[in-house]
Amino acid sequence: MTVNLARFFAMGGYAVYVWPCYALAALVIGLNIVAARRSLQRAQRAARRRLEAARGAMAP
Amino acid sequence: MAWVWFHKFGSPPHFYRLATRLTPWAAWPALLLGLAGLIGGLVLAPADYQQGDGFRIIYVHAPAAWLSLMVYVVMACTAAVGLIWRMAVAHAVAASCAPIGASFTALALATGMLWGRPMWGTYWEWDPRLTSELLLLFLYLGYMGLRNAIDDVPRADRASAVLAIVGVVNVPIIHYSVIWWNSLHQAPSVMKFGQPTMPASMLIPLLLMLAAFTLLFAALLLIRARGEVLQRERNARWMLEALERLSTHDGPPTRDGPSAKGVLVGR
Repeated sequence: MTVNLARFFAMGGYAVYVWPCYALAALVIGLNIVAARRSLQRAQRAARRRLEAARGAMAP
Repeated sequence: MAWVWFHKFGSPPHFYRLATRLTPWAAWPALLLGLAGLIGGLVLAPADYQQGDGFRIIYVHAPAAWLSLMVYVVMACTAAVGLIWRMAVAHAVAASCAPIGASFTALALATGMLWGRPMWGTYWEWDPRLTSELLLLFLYLGYMGLRNAIDDVPRADRASAVLAIVGVVNVPIIHYSVIWWNSLHQAPSVMKFGQPTMPASMLIPLLLMLAAFTLLFAALLLIRARGEVLQRERNARWMLEALERLSTHDGPPTRDGPSAKGVLVGR
């Protein structure tokens, strides 16, 4: 098992090229998920602020 | 009949609700297909007879490159729809595409360089495919820079839409560059007519990864587009409803919530 795992991670000598590719892919996907959710939350906060400002202006 | 669908899709509240509901239907299959593709590509697929295990870079490189082109086409088409029919929702979708597309273009370039080093003996070559893909990254960055430079959202929408539409000529150039010119880059192995040049054990994980990346893009796009739609919206009633639905997840709505609705609608 350990021999097989070591062979798997060695990637036939291409480990230094293969694994950075997968690490970069994971990084780009992770950052995309975080950034997309943040941008939605930002827009929701801004919309809430606009609504509250409108409510304040229209209140008697 | 198609126009009913078209108008419904163009209505911000309808789009917002639909996008909220569809997001998990894209995200969870993306995760499952991605895991299956990873196991198939890294473990089950045999090593290539020429490239050994180095060919396994294809399972992240090709989906990233596919997204870089597909996202641009979606961006240019929705920008054109927004420009022609003055549809804010279409502009919102186009604006949401750019950061996603730019990041996957960068990923395609980076993984391509890491693949080129062992196979071609160089990280970079001013080759038609590589150069046109780099130009694509600059198109995305130019689009985002242009949007950032214009504060007024409708003006930014129109100006950036023109850039997106003009830039779409680069897409067929990238795709056919390996056929039209003598390129270091190999010819397409999936997106071509006739038989794919790969055995099923290599091809199926690639198709799974392509589907996973595409669904991931759909989920990211739906999340981002909701924010962009909110940004363009001035009609308070549906926004209040959307935000209230959101706050009921955290706790009970505020006491003055329901009465404020009447104030904002102007009754």
